[in-house]
Amino acid sequence: MADLTLVYFAWVREAIGRDEEQVARPAPDVTIGALIATLAARGGGHGEAFARPEKLRAALDQRFVPLDSAIGEAKELAIFPPVTGG
Amino acid sequence: MSRVSIQAEDFDPAAELAALEASGGGGVASFTGIVRGEGGLVALELEHYPAMTTAQVERIVGQALDRWPLLGVRVIHRHGRLEPGERIVFVGTASRHRTAALEACAFLIDWLKSEAPFWKKEHFADRTQWVEARAEDDAKAESWKR
Repeated sequence: MADLTLVYFAWVREAIGRDEEQVARPAPDVTIGALIATLAARGGGHGEAFARPEKLRAALDQRFVPLDSAIGEAKELAIFPPVTGG
Repeated sequence: MSRVSIQAEDFDPAAELAALEASGGGGVASFTGIVRGEGGLVALELEHYPAMTTAQVERIVGQALDRWPLLGVRVIHRHGRLEPGERIVFVGTASRHRTAALEACAFLIDWLKSEAPFWKKEHFADRTQWVEARAEDDAKAESWKR
């Protein structure tokens, strides 16, 4: 199956230094939180962006979901801070 | 009868209100959000999630339509760099009676704040900072679920 596309916004994007990247697709039952912990272990910008998961929110295929959701067959995972529009 | 625009360009609230007034209802309510120039703010930069934003705002509008008998809904949310005094967001609602129009308008702006994928960055003369989400805004959106 194709890789998983990660997209980043706001300070998550700035810390990582890119707005999108591909990662090897995890098993379908791996949660977003578990993937974030794996990415944080890379250190550098990923370590900085993902140091405090409680400050992060996520969307799977353009739908908001909690971080304990399984990634399943989603094509795109977005990771970002809480939204501040309006 | 409902329309959502996510755009960089400014908009004309008078023209939007006139369109809502023509929807046949007895009342039109609206909210226009403006960039505040407090604390030496030079500009506000609004980032969003283009692949998601329109669909998500349409889902929020759909909830308002399910909940109130509305004849018209208009939502415009800008992105990009905005200076103090510029318009950021417009929500307009039309209904037969005032209560539905006023409540739906308040619901829409509260939900846009906590459920639409936008992020604000403040630019000052010597620094920038991402705006932090406020618990108070989440509580306002949450209060509509009661």
